[in-house]
Amino acid sequence: MSYTLHINGQLVSVQAPGTARLLDVLREELGLTGTKEGCGEGECGACAVHMDGQLVNACLVLVCQAEGHEITTIEGVAAQARWRPLFDAFVECGAVQCGFCMPGMVMAAAALLRERPRPSEAEIVRGLSGNLCRCTGYRKIITAVQRAGERIASGS
Amino acid sequence: MNASNGVAFTPRTCEELFGVWAGQPEARLLAGGTDLLVRLKKVAAWPPLIALERVSELRGIQCVNGWLQIRACSTYCELAEDHFVQAYAPALAEAARDVGAPAIRARGTLGGNLANASPAGDSIPPLYVADALVELRSAAGTREVPITEFFRGPGQTLLQPQELICAVRLPIRRGWREAFVRLGQRAALTIAKVSVAVAVRVERDVVQEARIALGAVAPTVIRAREAEVWLCGRRLDEKTCEAAGAAAARAAEPISDIRSVADYRRAMCAVLVREALCRVSGQRGVHEHA
Ligand SMILES: Cc1cc2nc3c(=O)[nH]c(=O)nc-3n(C[C@H](O)[C@H](O)[C@H](O)COP(=O)(O)OP(=O)(O)OC[C@H]3O[C@@H](n4cnc5c(N)ncnc54)[C@H](O)[C@@H]3O)c2cc1C
Ligand code: FES
Ligand code: FES
Repeated sequence: MSYTLHINGQLVSVQAPGTARLLDVLREELGLTGTKEGCGEGECGACAVHMDGQLVNACLVLVCQAEGHEITTIEGVAAQARWRPLFDAFVECGAVQCGFCMPGMVMAAAALLRERPRPSEAEIVRGLSGNLCRCTGYRKIITAVQRAGERIASGS
Repeated sequence: MNASNGVAFTPRTCEELFGVWAGQPEARLLAGGTDLLVRLKKVAAWPPLIALERVSELRGIQCVNGWLQIRACSTYCELAEDHFVQAYAPALAEAARDVGAPAIRARGTLGGNLANASPAGDSIPPLYVADALVELRSAAGTREVPITEFFRGPGQTLLQPQELICAVRLPIRRGWREAFVRLGQRAALTIAKVSVAVAVRVERDVVQEARIALGAVAPTVIRAREAEVWLCGRRLDEKTCEAAGAAAARAAEPISDIRSVADYRRAMCAVLVREALCRVSGQRGVHEHA
């Protein structure tokens, strides 16, 4: 089957069975390998992308469902200058270790900050609650999101 | 990659959907996929799927003639944010706010939660205490059943082959107060271990009517009817809340499974009912949730 997807601001046409996971189409058909597969069952958030601005797990969306929605992946977020402070804050705070969870963490953080520019700690914990990290213990990730929020909101 | 050559249909109307389903009787409906795709991960040969994604008749929340109508494909995000749901089904809004994590709330639907028929389904106790009706539709027409009769056991419902849930309807009632409380292993992810919804109508501090629903303590969600009757005519003070909790826990028939043991669930049931009642009475519960 042929599907037309709206990904990172571009329309792309892909050949895939309707039951192919968006995750596999992104990684294998489109070479967008920033989106990771951890559990493949909605528990870890490594595969998180935005669909019409909402955080979703690409392992639980099929290509036939994704058609007609605007999809943004970590590559799309990384290309936007407004999110630069978010990446910087993760690095500065030492919130990255092996890095496997990071694309998903950043996608979750960006979705949160768009809705709540200056989130409280509890809101950050809630916003990242679907993302697992086996390395950092979360503390530094929370600090990074707080710092990024401050900077983005104050425009510095 | 799973099921790389599976077939999926994306009808735009119910009529089209039933047409597809008639030609593919073994096809499964796919709503948000947060239950079904997890289950299919372990399956080699997928059935044909009919995605509900584009069926606009299955989306939306509105008030019609004294009823709150919630279409089946409403997501947890939509339930949590909708002003009608917040006003007329506050326990449901509260439950929806706490389901899964953001990405699950963005995709998981009310219809999927009901069709999945887990005794731990978080949307179910709030619908029990709201006297909800489930609207079912097939090619032959629609029928309505009270939510308390819809479930037959874990994973089992009244749904017939080629029948779907199209909406849930709740009577708009004035003067009721509701609360939803749950206890899970990790607030964000696990399916609630025990969950409780209560609704009471109170006049001059005295309970006139009460509904108590218990999740994950029996093969289906149940109402604690004896405790409901016992509450009527009483003042909702701390002692009453406590005694009603104990009475409600007697209705529980929990099964022991990996998540917890039966006695623990029964004990928690008493605590959560007390807490939910304390909350609707305006007192602070003993056990506060984040
Ligand atoms: C990480 C994670 C966390 C979760 N946390 C919670 C939680 O906290 N609380 C909770 O209750 N659940 C939880 N769940 C389970 C799940 O998200 C919910 O049950 C959700 O409501 C299912 O809806 P869905 O639209 O995704 O259903 P789907 O997976 O699309 O479908 C589930 C079943 O329902 C059928 N179906 C779907 N729509 C209809 C319809 N309209 N008519 C008839 N049949 C239909 C499908 O054929 C399938 O059999 C969680 C799941 C995951 C993966
Ligand atoms: S890979 Fe999708 S949530 Fe884990
Ligand atoms: S940095 Fe290794 S999993 Fe998060």
